Amino acid sequence: MAGSTRALPTADVSARAIAARKGVSPVLESWRRFRRHRLAVVSTAIFVLIVLTVALGPLWWRVPINDIDFAASLAGPSWQHPFGTDDLGQDLFARVLYGGRISLAVGLAAMLVAVIAGTVIGALAGISRGSVDAALMWLTDLFLSLPQLPLLLLIIYLFRDSLKALAGPEAGVYMLIVAVIGGFRWMPVARLVRAQFFSLREKEFVEAARALGASTTRQVVRHILPNALGPVIVAGTIEVAAAIIAESTLSFLGLGFPPDIPTWGRLLYDAKDYLDIAPHWALFPGAAIFLSVLTINFIGDGLRDTLDPRKVM
Amino acid sequence: MGRYLVRRLLIAIPSLIGISVVLFTVLALAPGDPFEELATNPNIPAAVRAALRVKFGLDDPIAIRYLRWFTAMLHGDWGFSFVSRVDVDVLILQRLPTTLFVIGSSQVLALLIALPVGVYAAARPYSIFDQIASTLAFVGFSLPTFFTGILFILTFSIYLDWLPFVYRTDISATGWQWYWEHIRQAAMPVIVLGLFQGASWTRYVRSAVLDVIRLDYVTTARAKGLAERDVMGRHVVRNALIPVVTLVALQMPAVFGGAIVTEQIFRIPGIGSLLISSILANDTPTVMAVTFVFACLVILFNLLADIIYGWLDPRIAYR
Repeated sequence: MAGSTRALPTADVSARAIAARKGVSPVLESWRRFRRHRLAVVSTAIFVLIVLTVALGPLWWRVPINDIDFAASLAGPSWQHPFGTDDLGQDLFARVLYGGRISLAVGLAAMLVAVIAGTVIGALAGISRGSVDAALMWLTDLFLSLPQLPLLLLIIYLFRDSLKALAGPEAGVYMLIVAVIGGFRWMPVARLVRAQFFSLREKEFVEAARALGASTTRQVVRHILPNALGPVIVAGTIEVAAAIIAESTLSFLGLGFPPDIPTWGRLLYDAKDYLDIAPHWALFPGAAIFLSVLTINFIGDGLRDTLDPRKVM
Repeated sequence: MGRYLVRRLLIAIPSLIGISVVLFTVLALAPGDPFEELATNPNIPAAVRAALRVKFGLDDPIAIRYLRWFTAMLHGDWGFSFVSRVDVDVLILQRLPTTLFVIGSSQVLALLIALPVGVYAAARPYSIFDQIASTLAFVGFSLPTFFTGILFILTFSIYLDWLPFVYRTDISATGWQWYWEHIRQAAMPVIVLGLFQGASWTRYVRSAVLDVIRLDYVTTARAKGLAERDVMGRHVVRNALIPVVTLVALQMPAVFGGAIVTEQIFRIPGIGSLLISSILANDTPTVMAVTFVFACLVILFNLLADIIYGWLDPRIAYR
C-alpha cells in the first residue's frame, strides 16, 4: 500500500523539496520569515540608519555641543544649523547626535540588565519547584505592583549625589540610571523564562539528557536555555524601547542626567518653555525619540513573528 | 461576592507591607544624615548631636525603625512638609482629587477608544480597517506622553489658540461657564493620557477577541440565529474582557507614571506634580508619602480589577 504511492512523481518532488529545505540554515529561515513583515524590515533599515548617524555623525559634524553663540540664539533650521539652535545659540544637530548616543546606550545597557536579571530569576524559579519558585514569583509580583516612576525618581533623588562623588557626574549617573531602569523592568522576562522552563523541562530531549546523566546546570545551560531564548529576544527588543522612554521621561522631568549633558529627554525639557518661539527645538529631539521607539517596537513585532511560535499579543 | 472581596482585601495587605518595606529600605540605605547641617555648625558639640540621634532613634536597628515608621503611618502621622509648612496628609488630600479626576477620565476615554476599535478590528481581521488600526496603535504607544503633550500644546494652544495649557483650580466663573472652563482645561491632559492607554489597550482587546471569536460556542450562538450584536456583546466581548482586565491591571503602574508626566507638562496641581516639586525642593517627608500613596493607588486599582474580574467570570467569584 505504502509502496504504491512511491511511484507517484509528486512524492519524488516533495522529497526533493525537503532535501533542498534541509540545507537552509536556521538563520536564513528566520530571515525568510522576518522579511514577510514589511514594516519590520523598513523599521530595521531606519533604526540602523539612526544608530549609524548617532554613532558616526559626530565624526563628520564637528560642531561642538556647547559652542555658545548669542548672535544665533533660537534660530530655526538652516544650512549652518540643520536642526536650528537653542536659547544659548548652541547647535541642536550636534546636541541631538550626542544625546542619541546616551539615550541609545542607556536603552541597550538597561535592556541587558533587565534581560540578564530576568533570565537568572526566571530560570531559578523554573528549574526549582516548591518554595524557591513561590518566593521568587511573589517577589516578581511585588515588583510588578510597585509604582515604578515614583520609585525611580525617589531612588535617583536619594542616591544621585553619592554616586556622582564616587564615579564622576557622567559615569555615576549613567550607572545609576541603567541599574535602576533595568532593576525595575526584569519582571516580564522572568515570567516568560519561567513559563518556558516549565514546558521545556518536561520535554523528551531534556529527559534524555537527564537519563544520560547530565547535571542540572548542564541541562539548564546546554538544553533548556537555548530553546527558551526566542521569546526572551523579543521581550529584550521591546525592553530597549521601554528603557529609552524611561530615560527620556526622567530627563524630561529634570531628574536624569546633569543639565550640561543633552540627552533627548533633557533637550525636550529645556525646549518646553520656548514652544511658542522655537518649536523646532522640541520637535527634532521628540521626533528622534518617537522614531527610535517606533522602529524598535516594529522590529520586536517582526521578531515575534519570526522567533516566537506562540500567538501574537 | 462578599467573601471573595474580603479574601482579595486580605491578599492586598502583604503586598502593601512588601511595598512599605521596599520604600523604607530605599530610604534607610540612602546616604545623608538628617543632622548633617548640625555637624558643620561649630556651635553644636558632638555630644548634642549624638543625644539628638538617640532621642529620634536613628541608631536603633533598622527593623525597629521600620516598625516605628509603619505604625506612625498607620496612625495617620505622615510627617510635616518642610517646604509647604503643613502636614503632608493635608497637602496630599488637597491634591488627590485632581489627579484621580484626570486619571479616571483618561481611562474612560481609553476604554471608549479601545473597546469599539479593538472589537471591530478583530471581527474583520487583516482587513484595511484592522491594518490601519493596528499601525495607529503602534504609533500611539510609541509616542511618549511628554512628546504628545508638547505636540498638543503646540497645535491647540499656540497655533490654534483653542485650549489653555495651564491647569487652574481657581476658575472664577460660575454655573455652566465654570463647567465649560473645566472641560476646556482638562481636555488636553485627558486626551494625551487616554490616547496613550487606548493605543495599547486596543491591541489587547483585538488579540483577546480574536482568541474568543473562533471558539465553538460562538458558532453555536450564531447557528441559533442570535443577532450579530448579541453574539458580539454577550458572548464574545464579555469573555474576551477577562484577559484584558488582567493586562490592564498590570499596566496600572505605567498609568500613574504617565499621570506624573502629564501633570508636569500641563501644570496640573495633582500629587504627581507635588512629587516632582518636592523632589526638586528636597522635601523628604512629602516625597516618601506621595510615593507611598502611589503604591496604595496601584494596589487599590488592582483590587478594583480583581472585583471586575469576579463580575466578568462567575467561576472565580463563587469558588
